[in-house]
Amino acid sequence: MAYSDKLLDHYENPRNVGALDKDSDDVGTGLVGAPACGDVMKLQIKVSADGIIEDAKFKTFGCGSAIASSSLVTEWVKGKSVDEAAEIKNTEIAQELALPPVKIHCSVLAEDAIKAAVSDYKAKKGSKVEAAE
Amino acid sequence: MTANNSKSPIYLDYQATTPTDPRVIDAMLPFFNEKFGNPHSRSHAYGWRAEEAVEIARAQIASLIGANPKEVIFTSGATESNNLAIKGVAHFYKDKKNHIITCVTEHKCVLDSCRHLEQEGFEVTYLPVQENGLIDLEKLKAAITDQTAIVSIMAANNEIGVIQPVKEIGAICREKGVYFHTDAAQAVGKIPLDVNDMNIDLMSISGHKVYGPMGIGALYVRRKPRVRLVALINGGGQERGMRSGTLPTPLCVGIGMACALAEKEMGAEAERLRMLRDRFYKGIMDRLPEVYLNGDLDKRLPGNLNLSFAYVEGEGLMMGIKDLAVSSGSACTSASLEPSYVLRALGVEEELAHTSLRIGLGRFTTEEEVDIAVDKIASEVERLRQMSPLWEMAQEGIDLKSIEWANH
Repeated sequence: MAYSDKLLDHYENPRNVGALDKDSDDVGTGLVGAPACGDVMKLQIKVSADGIIEDAKFKTFGCGSAIASSSLVTEWVKGKSVDEAAEIKNTEIAQELALPPVKIHCSVLAEDAIKAAVSDYKAKKGSKVEAAE
Repeated sequence: MTANNSKSPIYLDYQATTPTDPRVIDAMLPFFNEKFGNPHSRSHAYGWRAEEAVEIARAQIASLIGANPKEVIFTSGATESNNLAIKGVAHFYKDKKNHIITCVTEHKCVLDSCRHLEQEGFEVTYLPVQENGLIDLEKLKAAITDQTAIVSIMAANNEIGVIQPVKEIGAICREKGVYFHTDAAQAVGKIPLDVNDMNIDLMSISGHKVYGPMGIGALYVRRKPRVRLVALINGGGQERGMRSGTLPTPLCVGIGMACALAEKEMGAEAERLRMLRDRFYKGIMDRLPEVYLNGDLDKRLPGNLNLSFAYVEGEGLMMGIKDLAVSSGSACTSASLEPSYVLRALGVEEELAHTSLRIGLGRFTTEEEVDIAVDKIASEVERLRQMSPLWEMAQEGIDLKSIEWANH
């Protein structure tokens, strides 16, 4: 199977590998996939007071396409608002990395990971607002 | 002695195929042109010469497995041999017996042949394996009935390299009056096999797994007591009517030469490969925690390792070690996302089955290659673990089984 240069670059030099403090109020964490399926992605976003994603980190257990997809989305979400980030579509990821058809599920998982991170952040924020009221 | 000049990627997939030994190629080449002939032509010297070459090859194969040359028939490969043995015996004895016994970790061509026979109305028992990959002899004994026509258990497994207790299985089958077929594609030329000592009635052999050419194999079919089978391929009645078709003289010469070399060199080669294999295994285990060997270590082909690198997905790992030609136990490239059925049959959990590599060392593997491979695999596993959320969780002491994963 021939992989694109972009995909190989993200696999060999993944961006933003690491972890943010998951207990921090301004951090949203998304953990998607399952070990038994061969893919697990953990994506974290750090959001500023005005709702802009300042930082993003990931860790992924999976094939090269899964690693590259998660690396790519950490680049994409930075600087976006949480709502803009949640708009990212798996098709855009698949297209950017030229994923072969059998690897489309990796881009779906990456989209799910962003959404999960955003909703985790919003849930935290929501519960905090409730607590303040 | 080298098989090829380009050493990159380093070839570590000898259970998939082996390069044709240069000495085998030398033996084959004249039979393509200067010594060409149809071995079945009886009326001229071209035919006689080809026939003589084919019969020498048949004797070389027979010698390696302790058989009589008349008991060896040529096929296109081990897949055909397995099909012919199982379907051929089942069909011949179908009026008296309708039961077949095999094992869940057999090669796909054995399992698929059995599935087809099931559709025809035969009963098939698929024996489970123990955690070490070997069948339980008591379960085999218990499965044999007066309806059992044939037991088909492989000699050595293609994924995990474990060697089944062939001699014990042969003894049980002989005692119960049941034919014993063994798929020995991975075992011939790697470990000593003797059809009489082991009471083997049918044995499948592959050319390209034993440093011979692709496209040729053989089936040993016992004459005393005689095993009869219905042919799959009908025609001119070659190979005692069991397999029609003109024999490919150069390929026959090739597999024969390959077997002759194996017979001469197997002892020393096995010792060398065992040493390299142990060096490989130790090298990995010394550098990496949480690596698991799949299948029995002792009852194993000398050149095989199958390792699970916990918390690192096999296919992702393979991408990082593209300088090494290895095979992954994870079959994620297919749309199914199913890990190896062989590993699952050992009871290896799905998550670990996704993290496994099959490493096959062989005749042309060098110590230097082993050291390079160990270093590359260990470095890449370390790198990927650093970016694995599962590794991170395990380090934090989180039990991965306690998490409710969203299966997708």
